[in-house]
Amino acid sequence: MSIPGDWYLILASALFALGAFGLLVRRNVLVMFMCIELMLNAANLTFVTFSRMLGDIGGQALVFFVLVVAAAEVVVGLGIVVAIFRRRSSATADDLHILKG
Amino acid sequence: MSALAVVTAHSTIVLPHIRYLAILPEIVMLGGAVLLLGIASLVRRPLRVTVSTVGTIVIAGTSLGLALWQWADISSHGPYTAIDHAVVVDGFSVLITITVACAMILSALVGDGYLRREGVDGCEFHVLAMVSATGAMFMGEANDLIIVFLGLEIMSIALYVLAAMNHRRAASGEAALKYFVLGGFSSAVFIYGVALTYGATGTTNLTQIADFLSHNVIASNGVLLAGLSLLLVGFLFKVAAVPFHMWTPDVYQGAPSPVTGFMAAVAKAGGFAALLRVFVSSFGTLQSDWRPILYAVAVITLLFGAGVALVQRDVKRVLAYSSINHAGFVLLGVEAATAQGVSASLYYLFTYTFMTIGAFAVVTLLGRRGDGHHDIASYRGLAGRQPLLALAFAVLLLAQAGAPFTTGFLAKFQVVDASVNAGSVPLAVIAMVSAAIAAFFYLRIGLIMYTPVAGKGFLPGIEPLDDDEANAGPSGESETDGTGDAAPAELSAGNGQRPVWSGTEGAVVVRTQLNAELLLDTAPGEVQVLDPSEDIVEADAVDDETAAESAAEDTAKVPVPALAALAIGLCVAVTVVFGVIPAPLIDFAHKATLLFIP
Amino acid sequence: MLHVAFLIPLFPLVGFVVLLTFGRRLGNPLAGWIGTIAVAGAFVATIITFAGLLGRPSNAREFTQSYFSWIPVGGLQVKWAVLVDPLSIFMCLFVTGVSMLIHLYSIGYMHEDRDYSKFFIYLNAFVFSMVLLVLANNLLVTFVGWEGVGVCSYWLVAFWFERDSAASAGKKAFMYNRIGDVGFLLAMFLIFSKVGSLNYLTIFSHTHLLGSATATAAVLLLFLAATGKSAQIPLFNWLPDAMEGPTPVSALIHAATMVTAGVYLLCRMNPILGLSSDGRWVIAIIGCATAFVAATIASSQHDIKKVLAFSTVSQIGYMVLAVGCGAYIAALFLMVCHAFYKGLLFLAAGSVIHGLEDEQELARMGALRKWLPWTFATFLVGWLAIAGIPPLAGFWSKGDVLANVYAKSFPLYVAGVITAFLTAYYMSRLFYLTFTGKARWQEAAGDQPAHHTPHESPWVMRIPLLVLAFCAFFGGVLDLPWTNRGLNNFLGPVFAGTLYHDNLSMTSQWVLLAIDGVIAVAGLAVAWVLWRVTASRPALTPAFLERVWYWDDFYDALIGRPGQAVARFSATVIDAKVIDGAVNGVASLVKSSSTGARRLQTGYVRNYALGIVLGLAAILVFMVSRTWWS
Repeated sequence: MSIPGDWYLILASALFALGAFGLLVRRNVLVMFMCIELMLNAANLTFVTFSRMLGDIGGQALVFFVLVVAAAEVVVGLGIVVAIFRRRSSATADDLHILKG
Repeated sequence: MSALAVVTAHSTIVLPHIRYLAILPEIVMLGGAVLLLGIASLVRRPLRVTVSTVGTIVIAGTSLGLALWQWADISSHGPYTAIDHAVVVDGFSVLITITVACAMILSALVGDGYLRREGVDGCEFHVLAMVSATGAMFMGEANDLIIVFLGLEIMSIALYVLAAMNHRRAASGEAALKYFVLGGFSSAVFIYGVALTYGATGTTNLTQIADFLSHNVIASNGVLLAGLSLLLVGFLFKVAAVPFHMWTPDVYQGAPSPVTGFMAAVAKAGGFAALLRVFVSSFGTLQSDWRPILYAVAVITLLFGAGVALVQRDVKRVLAYSSINHAGFVLLGVEAATAQGVSASLYYLFTYTFMTIGAFAVVTLLGRRGDGHHDIASYRGLAGRQPLLALAFAVLLLAQAGAPFTTGFLAKFQVVDASVNAGSVPLAVIAMVSAAIAAFFYLRIGLIMYTPVAGKGFLPGIEPLDDDEANAGPSGESETDGTGDAAPAELSAGNGQRPVWSGTEGAVVVRTQLNAELLLDTAPGEVQVLDPSEDIVEADAVDDETAAESAAEDTAKVPVPALAALAIGLCVAVTVVFGVIPAPLIDFAHKATLLFIP
Repeated sequence: MLHVAFLIPLFPLVGFVVLLTFGRRLGNPLAGWIGTIAVAGAFVATIITFAGLLGRPSNAREFTQSYFSWIPVGGLQVKWAVLVDPLSIFMCLFVTGVSMLIHLYSIGYMHEDRDYSKFFIYLNAFVFSMVLLVLANNLLVTFVGWEGVGVCSYWLVAFWFERDSAASAGKKAFMYNRIGDVGFLLAMFLIFSKVGSLNYLTIFSHTHLLGSATATAAVLLLFLAATGKSAQIPLFNWLPDAMEGPTPVSALIHAATMVTAGVYLLCRMNPILGLSSDGRWVIAIIGCATAFVAATIASSQHDIKKVLAFSTVSQIGYMVLAVGCGAYIAALFLMVCHAFYKGLLFLAAGSVIHGLEDEQELARMGALRKWLPWTFATFLVGWLAIAGIPPLAGFWSKGDVLANVYAKSFPLYVAGVITAFLTAYYMSRLFYLTFTGKARWQEAAGDQPAHHTPHESPWVMRIPLLVLAFCAFFGGVLDLPWTNRGLNNFLGPVFAGTLYHDNLSMTSQWVLLAIDGVIAVAGLAVAWVLWRVTASRPALTPAFLERVWYWDDFYDALIGRPGQAVARFSATVIDAKVIDGAVNGVASLVKSSSTGARRLQTGYVRNYALGIVLGLAAILVFMVSRTWWS
C-alpha cells in the first residue's frame, strides 16, 4: 500500500494549524511550548515529505537543524518559565500582563 | 567485514570546501564569546565586568576590523559565495556585519555602566549579546534559507535570555516570556515557510531559488505563495512590522535598557538584511505578489507606530513605538525593490543603529538604579540638571525625527526618494505624514527636558509651566499680549537717525501655552508607571522608598559613567558628522548595493 | 607649493575650535594671541601659495584641489575643494593680512571686555568663513562661507547685546543680508537648472547654455546678493547701524573684508556678467548712485564711525561702478587699497574712541592732535589716501576706476568726480573735527561730564596702525597706470575675455589723473575753510541728509508698518483661531484614534499571537485571491 505524498502534507498542515490554534486558546505556558513544538514538527514532516517526493536527501538533513533549534529553544524557554513561575502556583500566561498599552 | 570495507572504500562523503575567511568575523565573534565565558569565570568577581567589557570590545573590534578587511577584499576582487554557496560575502553582508559589530561595541560600552549600577557582576550580558550579534551577522551573510533560519534562531534565543537578564525585575521576566512564546511561534511559521518553499522549488539555496523562479513561470503556485507568505510573516515579526509588532512595546519596556538598545539595532539589522536578500533578490521575480503586501504593511506600520507613540508615558515605550515607525520607513526601501531601495534601506539600518543605541544609552542612565524611572515626567528639567546629557538626547531624538543635518534626515530622504522612484508615491506621502506625527513625540520629550521643574526657572524667557494651570483643562489657545509685554528694542542712534525697527512700536508677542494635555507630563489620565519599589522582587537597596524620596531622586543628577558617555558621544558624533558630511556613508551604502550579488 | 592651500582655511578653523574649547580657560590675553597666530598662519600659507602661483606661467595659474565629496545626490555633485587662481589668492592675501593686523589690534582694544575669548572665537570663525567664501570652487561652498560671514557679522554686531541698540542693529544687518541671500540662492538655482553644475569652472565653460534673458536674470540676482552683502542701494541701510559692533569688527568686517564679498562674487562670476550688457548697466548705475548718495550722507553725520560707515558704502559703490563697467581689475585694486586705508581709518578711529573712553560724537572731540600723536599721524595718512591726494594709494586706485568710467560713460564719470569731491570734503571735515580746533571734550555737555585727558593706545594697537599706514601710503604701486606689470598682469588671465579696456591715450590718462588731484585738493580746501575752527554748521547738515535721505522711514512706511499689521492679524486671528484650531483638532483626532489603537495592546500574550495569526491569514487570503483571479 502506498500513501500519496499529498496526504502527508495535509497532515502536516493540519498539525501546524492545530499548534497555532492551541497557542491561541491555551493559557498554560508549558502547553503553549508544546504547541510550538507541534508546529516545528509539522514543518519537519513537510521537509521529509518533500524530500521524498523530490528525491533530494537535502530536505531530510534540514530536519536535524530544526530539531536542534527546537531543543535549544525549549531549554531557554523552560529556564525563563522556571525563573518567572518559581513563586507562583500555576504557570498561566495570562497572569503576566503588567506590560501593556 | 569485507562488505563494510567495500562500502567505506567506495562511498566517500564529499565535504564542501570551507573558506573560513568568509565567516571569519562570525567565528571571531562566536569563538570570542565562548572564550570570554571561560576566562571571565576564572576572574574574581569584581573584575568580571571589566574583563567582559574589555574582552567584548576587543573581540567585536577584531570582528569589525575583519569585516573592513573583507570590504577591501571584495572591493578589489569582487563578491563571492562560499561553503557550498551557503553564505555569500558581498557589500551587503559586509555592511550588515559592520553595523552589527558597531552595535556590539556600543552596547558593550553602555552595558558596562548598567551592570555595575545594578550590581550584576557577570559576563552573561556580553557573552549573550555577542552570540546574538553572530546570529545577526549570519542573517546578513546567508545565502540559504536554512542559514537564515539558523541565524535567526541564534540571534533570537540569545535575545530571549538577554531580555530576562535582570531577574529582579518582574517586567523583565514577563518581557522575556512574551518574546519567547511569540518568537518561537514566528520561528515555527518561518520554518514552515521554508519547508513549503523547499517543496515548491526543490532547494533552499537562495541563488538556486532565484534561478528556478526565473526559468519556471509559476504564477499561481499555491505552495510557493503560501511559503512566501509564511517567510514574510517570520521576517516581519522580527523587524516589528504591524500587525506582527505586538511584542515590541512590551519587550522593549520590560527588557533591561541596554538590551533594548541592542535589540532594537541588531534584531532590526538582521531581520531586514535577510528580508531584503530573500525577497528583493531571490523572490524578485514574484515582486507583483509580495509588493502589495509590503505596501499595506508599511502603511499601517508607519501610522500605527507614530500614532500610538503619542499616547505613551513611558519613554522606553515611546521609543519602542518609534522603532515600529522606523521599521515602516525601512519597509519603504524594501517595498521599492530596487537597487536604490536596497541602498536606502541599508543606509537607514546603519544610521538607525547609532541613533537608537545612543537614545537607549541615555534612557539607561536616566533609569537610575533599578532601571525603573522611565516615566516621561522624570525627564522634566533634565536640561537644567545635566545639559550635556539632555543635549545629546535631544540631538538623537531630533535625528530620529528626521531633522536636517543629521543622518536621520538623509535616511528618511533616501527611502522616500527610492519609494517615489519605484512609483509608490502615496506610500511616500503617508511616510512623510507619519514622520510629521512622529516629530511630535520626539519633540515632546525634548520640550519636557527643557522645561524647568516648576519653580526653578533656568531658561530666561521660558516661564515654567504652572502645574495647576496646566491641569486645569484644555489650554490650547494662544495668548496674545498686544503691545505691553515686550517693548521693542529701540535703537538709540545719537544723531536722530531712526532705524526701521524703531517704528514697530509694540512688537507682537505671541505666547503659546503648552498644550499640557498632549504633553502627558502632568496629565493624570490612565497612568501606568512602573514603580521600581513594586517590581523589585529581591530588592536589597531600594525597598521602602517613599514617594517623597522618589520625587527627590527624580531631580537629582544621575551619574554618567565614562564608557557610557563615550558611547553616547560616538553615537551623536556619527549622527551629526555624517549628517553634515553625507557623502562617505551614502557612498558606503551605495557601494554595498553595487557589490550585492543575488 | 600650491598644495598648502588647504592650510589657509584650516588655520582659522583650528583656532576657532581651540578657542571654542579652551577659550575661557586660556583667558586674556592668551586667547587673543592664539587667535592672532591662527590667522597669521593662514597669512603665511597664503603667501606660500601665492609664491607657488607666481612660479607658474601666467596662463597656467589655475589649480583645483579636491578634499572630499560633500553632497553626491543625483546630478548634484558638490565637493569640498579649493580653486586656487590669481583672483582667489589675491583676495586671500589681503583678507588674511588685514585680518591678522586687526586681530593684533583687538588684543589691545578688547582687553577690558568680559567676553574677551568669545570675541576671538567669532573673529576666527569669520576669517575661516571669509577664506572659504573666497577659495571655494563652487557656488554652494561659497554660499556656505557667505552665510558663515553673515552669521559672524550678526554675532559681532550684536556683540554687546545687552545694549538694545546693538541687538537691534544685529537683527537689522541679518535681515538685510537675508534678502540678498535669497538672490544668491535663486541665482544658484537658476544657474544649476541651466548648466547642471555649481562648479565655477564648469559653469564658465558652459556659459553658452544660458540664454541672454537667463544671463540677465542671473546677473541681476547675483547683484541682489551683492547689494545685501556689500551694502548697496537698496539694501545699504544696515551698514551704518552695524557700527554698534566693536570697532575692530567695523574695521575688519564692515570695511575691509566682508562687505567686499559682493564685489568679489561679481568679479568671480565675470563670465556670466559678460553675457549681459543690460545687467552690467544696472550694476554700474546702482553703484554710481550708491557712491553719490552715501557720500552726501557721510558729509552730514555726527558720529565718527557713522561717517566712516557711509564712506565705506560710498567707496564700495565705486567698486560696483567699476565692475559694472567691466573694469574688474580696477575694482579689485580699489578694494585692496580701500581695505588698507579704511581699515586704518577705522582702527585709528577706534584708537580715538578708546582714548576718550568710548566717546563717538564728533561734537565731543577736537584738538586731539596733541594727545594722540601716533593716532593723528596714521589717521592723517588714511585721510589723505582716501581723499585721493597724490601719490597715496587712493589717488591711483580711484583714478583707475574713474578713467575706466570716463571711457565707458561720461555722465557716470561726472557723478563719480562729484562723489570724489564729496569724499575729500567729508573726510577732511571728519579730520578737522577730530584733531583740530578746540578741545571740546574738556567741556561738560548737557548731562555728560567732561572727559579725562585722552591717552594714547598701547603698542599692540599702534603696530597695526603703522603697518596699515605704510600700506595706505604706498598701496598705489600695486598697479600704476604707466606700467603693466602689477595687478593688471597678475589678475588679467582671470578676466581674459570679459575685461573692459579703456584704450585711453597716455595723455588723457594723465589729464584725468590731474583732474582727480585738483578735485581732491579742492575738497580739502573747502573743508579747511568751513570746518577747521567751527565745529557746528547746521545749515550744512540738513535733516534730510542726517536722516539718510529718509530711507529708513521709507522702508518703515512701506514694509515695516504693513508687515506689522499682517503679523498682528496673523497672531490674533490666523494663529489663534485657524492654526491652533487645526493643530488641536488634528492632535485630538490622532490622540483619540491612538488611544483606541492602544487598547489592542492588552498585555495578554495570546492576543498578540492572535494578531500574528490574523495578519498571516490576511496575507494568505490575499495570495489565494491572486491565484484565483490571475
